[in-house]
Amino acid sequence: MTGTSPLDLLKVDHLLDDEETAIQETVRRFVDDHVRPHIAGWYEDGLSPETVREVARAAGKLGLLGMHLTGYGCAGTNAVSYGLACLELEAGDSGLRSLVSVQGSLAMYAIWRFGSEEQKQRWLPGMAAGELIGCFGLTEPDFGSNPAGMRTRARRDGSDWVLDGTKMWITNGTVADVAVVWAQTDDGIRGFAVPTDTPGFSAPTIGRKLSLRASVTSELVLDGVRLPADAVLPDVTGLRGPLSCLNEARFGIVFGALGAARDCLQATLEYASDREVFDRPLSSFQLTQAKLADMALELQKGFLLAMHLGRLKDSHRLEHRQVSLGKLNNVREALGIARECRTILGASGITLEYPVLRHANNLESVLTYEGTSEIHQLVIGQALTGSPAFS
Amino acid sequence: MKIVALVKHVPDAAADRTFNEADHTTDRTNVDGILSELDEYAVEAALKIAESGDAEVVALTMGPDAALDAVKRALQMGADSGAHVADDALHGSDAVATSAVLAAAIQKIGDVDLILTGMASTDGGMSVVPAMLAERLGLAHVGFVGELNVEAGSVRARRDADVTETVEAALPAIVSVTDQINEPRYPSFKGIMAAKKKPVETWSLADLGVDAGTVGLAAAWTTVETVTKRPERTQGEIVTDEGDGGAKLVEFLAGQKFV
Ligand SMILES: Cc1cc2nc3c(=O)[nH]c(=O)nc-3n(C[C@H](O)[C@H](O)[C@H](O)COP(=O)(O)OP(=O)(O)OC[C@H]3O[C@@H](n4cnc5c(N)ncnc54)[C@H](O)[C@@H]3O)c2cc1C
Repeated sequence: MTGTSPLDLLKVDHLLDDEETAIQETVRRFVDDHVRPHIAGWYEDGLSPETVREVARAAGKLGLLGMHLTGYGCAGTNAVSYGLACLELEAGDSGLRSLVSVQGSLAMYAIWRFGSEEQKQRWLPGMAAGELIGCFGLTEPDFGSNPAGMRTRARRDGSDWVLDGTKMWITNGTVADVAVVWAQTDDGIRGFAVPTDTPGFSAPTIGRKLSLRASVTSELVLDGVRLPADAVLPDVTGLRGPLSCLNEARFGIVFGALGAARDCLQATLEYASDREVFDRPLSSFQLTQAKLADMALELQKGFLLAMHLGRLKDSHRLEHRQVSLGKLNNVREALGIARECRTILGASGITLEYPVLRHANNLESVLTYEGTSEIHQLVIGQALTGSPAFS
Repeated sequence: MKIVALVKHVPDAAADRTFNEADHTTDRTNVDGILSELDEYAVEAALKIAESGDAEVVALTMGPDAALDAVKRALQMGADSGAHVADDALHGSDAVATSAVLAAAIQKIGDVDLILTGMASTDGGMSVVPAMLAERLGLAHVGFVGELNVEAGSVRARRDADVTETVEAALPAIVSVTDQINEPRYPSFKGIMAAKKKPVETWSLADLGVDAGTVGLAAAWTTVETVTKRPERTQGEIVTDEGDGGAKLVEFLAGQKFV
């Protein structure tokens, strides 16, 4: 007996137009061909910088990098298409979606939105093509949820800028050609496009991770990094700069996390119908069906929420606290689904033969980065009560 | 130079395939259709030629409304324009009728230098349309091509049939390509967005001057009398080796008439 695909019960595909469907299908095929055959190995061994570059080039060819930006070699799709691409990428692995998020929504977006024309010309076309890798340095060892307290400093020396400080947990720091680094200045927080071959810049890889293993995570060490005057992103001062980039990436995660959940649920449906326990398919037991029904329900509610936010974004009405609602719900539910799926797979569920624990472990990072669940609860709490509980 | 790539819309091979109960034709309405994967190689070959020189690529299909998706896919991959022959009278057409209609469409497109096709459709799988088309249009036909080079006024092609041979044919010509010739590209996002703005012509049989009485199920030279569903896949058999594993495997294979 074949069951209905877990994302199809509500016929959500009717919410998409032809172009959005074509983009989603193309990314799904890309993931099937280029990611699925390798992902268990990438996860087990960790992703090498060479593989990051290879994947980035393939993604660039497709138009995935900075896909929702316009000009400079970017495809210029709508926000819903970008979300759907994130969903399909994360169905492959959150690490892969992180690469695309960081490149497009954090590093490229910062330059595209706040950079000078020269900075855009210098960096964006190569980044869109996947020839140049970008990273985004906001978090510091002692300042994660509270980036306003950052200690990295940029001081003027003549017309030059000199940067000192340490950034932590920076995706693709070790691989990057350009690091967008946020630092305190006398005028407030400013962003800098730092070529990573500048003397004084180093980016050791963070090892021993149990999550997001198919992604490179690094420390950035800035030791008297001297930059010319034109390295500063001219068009923004203050925390609004990095926060608006994060809002872009978070939007992608609202969709992306559902991809991981869908992949878990699909693998679990197959497993439960093949696996016999007490002489019957596991899927025929009421307890299993209750789990499956609840998971499919959350997955589809999450998708409707994501689509609603996507349509708001495409009509330029999306507010940051709405993104907080989406990220809080969809990542939390996706993680719940991944863990519940793991129970259905039993011992098989703890291996890399199946995607469920890999997704669950990845989603622990996704729950934390781009604003932790708690911070999003506080954002929503502030919206409801008018009282900010976190500052 | 003008290249026509023939593209067929077929039921997705990954989905369950069914036949209409009334006339035993392939059910094309209740299943998801896709561009026949083997035709993607033809589109890719056309695009490669277009990129290395000055050529225009037209994607041509014949089929019901949904068949337009095959043209759209080719446009997303990079073809310049599309043509879709759609007419209720075409329902149930066989290869003979299909080749007549496509020949008329190719003549209507006009000034075509090269026609590229896949080596078979993934649903019918007869591989005869290219040769029939060549006959109708009076053109050279090179089939099962694994390597293709366009030179001034001719093509050089490596045929991978029973023997491998390299042949040259004067243009215009019809070339069917195998799945070894290239690696079809994914449509890029820019391609997907640009496709919407590309011109697609829709033609009826009357537009092509083809008599509706010569096509369709009634005019077909063959009919499907009955269809039988493929038996459900049975559970595999696991042979435990207790010293006689080899003998048991041979026994199984002999039982299935494999050896
Ligand atoms: C794999 C990975 C990749 C990353 N990539 C990047 C990157 O590319 N660039 C980048 O800049 N950063 C990146 N990060 C960092 C990420 O954004 C931070 O980890 C995140 O902001 C949380 O900061 P923290 O880890 O310092 O936790 P903390 O801020 O120390 O939080 C610890 C706990 O305290 C809670 N908490 C904090 N403040 C409050 C409060 N006011 N009230 C109640 N609870 C509170 C948090 O919710 C959390 O549960 C990445 C992280 C990971 C894991």
